[in-house]
Amino acid sequence: MLLRLKILRFDPSKDEKPYYQTFEVGADPMDRLLDCLNRIRWEQDPTLAYRWSCSHGICGSDGMRINGICGLACQKLVRDFKEEVLIEPLPVFRVVKDLIVDLNPFFEKYHSIKPYLITRTPPPDQERRQSPEEQRLFEAAIRCILCACCTASCPINQNKETERYIGPAALVRAFRYLFDSRDEASEERMALLDYKDGVWGCQTKWKCTEVCPKEIPVTQQIGQIKKRIYDAKHPK
Amino acid sequence: MIFQHDIVIVGAGLAGLRAAVVCAGETNVAVVTKVLPTRSHSGTAQGGITASIGNEEEDHWEWHLFDTVKGSDYLSDQDAVEIMVKDAPRAIYELEHMGVPFSRTPEGKIAQRNFGGHTRDYGKKPVKRACYAADHTGRVVLDTLYDQCLRHQVKFYSEHYILSLIFDEGKCVGVVTYDLATGELHFLQAKVVLLATGGCGKIYKTTSNGFASTGDGFNLAYQSGIPLEDMEFIQFHPTGLYPLGILVSEAARGEGGILRNGQGERFMERYAPTIKDLAARDVVSRAILTEIKEGRGIGGKDYVHLDLTHLGEKKISEGLWEIASFVRIYLGIDPVYDPIPVQPTCHYSMGGIPTDIDGRVLADEKGSVIRGLYGAGECACVSVHGANRLGCNSLLDLLVFGRRSGLAMKEEIKQYEHRSISSDPLKMVEEKITRFMNHKGGEKIDPLRKRMQSIMMDYGSVFRNEEGLKKGIEEIRIQREHYQDIEIVNKGKAFHFELMEAIELGHQLDLSEVILFSALHRRESRGAHFREDFPTRADQYYLKHTLVFQTPKGPEVRYKPVKITRFQPQARVY
Repeated sequence: MLLRLKILRFDPSKDEKPYYQTFEVGADPMDRLLDCLNRIRWEQDPTLAYRWSCSHGICGSDGMRINGICGLACQKLVRDFKEEVLIEPLPVFRVVKDLIVDLNPFFEKYHSIKPYLITRTPPPDQERRQSPEEQRLFEAAIRCILCACCTASCPINQNKETERYIGPAALVRAFRYLFDSRDEASEERMALLDYKDGVWGCQTKWKCTEVCPKEIPVTQQIGQIKKRIYDAKHPK
Repeated sequence: MIFQHDIVIVGAGLAGLRAAVVCAGETNVAVVTKVLPTRSHSGTAQGGITASIGNEEEDHWEWHLFDTVKGSDYLSDQDAVEIMVKDAPRAIYELEHMGVPFSRTPEGKIAQRNFGGHTRDYGKKPVKRACYAADHTGRVVLDTLYDQCLRHQVKFYSEHYILSLIFDEGKCVGVVTYDLATGELHFLQAKVVLLATGGCGKIYKTTSNGFASTGDGFNLAYQSGIPLEDMEFIQFHPTGLYPLGILVSEAARGEGGILRNGQGERFMERYAPTIKDLAARDVVSRAILTEIKEGRGIGGKDYVHLDLTHLGEKKISEGLWEIASFVRIYLGIDPVYDPIPVQPTCHYSMGGIPTDIDGRVLADEKGSVIRGLYGAGECACVSVHGANRLGCNSLLDLLVFGRRSGLAMKEEIKQYEHRSISSDPLKMVEEKITRFMNHKGGEKIDPLRKRMQSIMMDYGSVFRNEEGLKKGIEEIRIQREHYQDIEIVNKGKAFHFELMEAIELGHQLDLSEVILFSALHRRESRGAHFREDFPTRADQYYLKHTLVFQTPKGPEVRYKPVKITRFQPQARVY
């Protein structure tokens, strides 16, 4: 079948403003959208810029806005689209070229939550013990691949006035450590998140959960962080 | 621009990051990656990491050693394997202490599962040796090590593509990189360099490898006069998702999945009566392709079924979540109810840049060390995998030898100061790139790459023979002629992927020749290298490592002995 991809192009070194360009590619219904983009780049326009790597939803490179919804181009099959697909860069972030956005602010926010296990007691000779139930508490959160689709879809991050909000991806990773029974920095972590643009920036819009390519219950996890902070401040 | 670091690590997969973590804090270390951090291909490893910690049942490092040597078809260097398997428990506990979220046993210990070729008591029955985090082990370890790098302020050159290794008076003194975002060249001057650039699976049409696995590190070393070791040994993983080739981890069989042919028969019972579906990968891949060749594929087609339907939804959704998700997304079927179509897919290169047990790159068959240059991970060959790697031994290799390389580099840098070098590396590389960019010729990357990938599937995959290998070499050489006429259309600077892919293709074509050439000269069958015209192993002639050198007359083959310490070669039956 033939599929039209209407792609938002922008090269800041020569374009005054972004513009749409439509490409037509021959595609098999079982092809991924990423395959179509590759075909455009290889056969029609080598200047088209986007990120890609593993092509099966693990590396998190090819997040983009597809028909208005953020997702991974390697997880979308041609058969699920009719004739034309609209492809735009992830919102929220500055466009560097075409579908490539500057993810530095995303990783800076991620970095700010101290995304590593913090312990005070020296480790035993073998593993720290953790029950399967304790591990399952944060099992879904470790599926996060840092693709930034959630943060890009968040209405709070999209709003210029509230864009400083730390965003769902950083909070998922914060959840992963806060609810890891081996971590011993609970108070320090809660302090890092307990401010207006921290966990309280979330207004429960659910967009993050809707778009997450790894089906992580993001909103629910953010809610659990809020509850944990609230409970710590209001002991029964 | 010129930047100076004590240690420059090329590649941000598990080997590179493990080395970076051990160097961080005490030395000025930088990591170069052509993608963004956490996008490296190590992240797609699913099933686990082997260690004989015996959390589920009795296990010993001696058993792990035997299995690895047998799995390698006796071509691994047993001194290196012994180091690896003895260090495995420490490596696992260390990861756990860093925070890797392993799955757990009811007692709260790290959970372990079965994996192909890993057995108890020297081959008697399968043993649970693979430590895992569901089926995203690689990704969570990659995330954890990246987070450790952030914590210790490791400098990352993200989206920088390595163009050249720079040597001065025989010592490696740094690398030249291409900054993808700006199109600028940088010379990263280093006291030592570690190549941890990963694999080269994208040489083949059907592969589990991501787009970045183009063998850059292998060929940069080879073009610098360093030989490549055992490149004929390319592993085809038995269960690539049909037709995409995406990895379906051996964990699926470790958890009880069964391979069935078009007649519904559990055919592995005929090929490996003792451990059946959990035989080593080379054995299972050949079995699948034999079934297909003899008309017993599904509906006579070129795939078989991996049946998980008897495992139940709970086991699949808890232990095999990612795999189930791939099957649902890409094939639209549910592995809880439907068998998964699979075919062998190019997965791993056992061979690579020869190194000693501390990652030092070796220049020849005598073991001469190249100063200032290290190799670790898939691009290197220690050799712990010999002719065939066992599942879950790759992550172990990355962790053990990545760390050892880091420790050795920390020692070696004490001997050196940065000093000015006789040539101007930036100018040299810049001239080369400008020539390349302005070249006219009309050849395009993609069709040429597709031809290479087909040639390698036809003549250099699971079954090989003299006639095919000779033909393959001839055809690859023709493609290399065409490559001389590659024309770069894009004249811009930022994110010039066309230039990067053109350079990658050059590496791939050179490596294709080395793989086929190595395979042509090994006139026996061993591990993943199967010769239809020499179907048995010939220890009297070929119990030795292949080394291929680049010479003005083309590749030249030499050999070096295998280190055998505990286990003499015996018949390999599963």
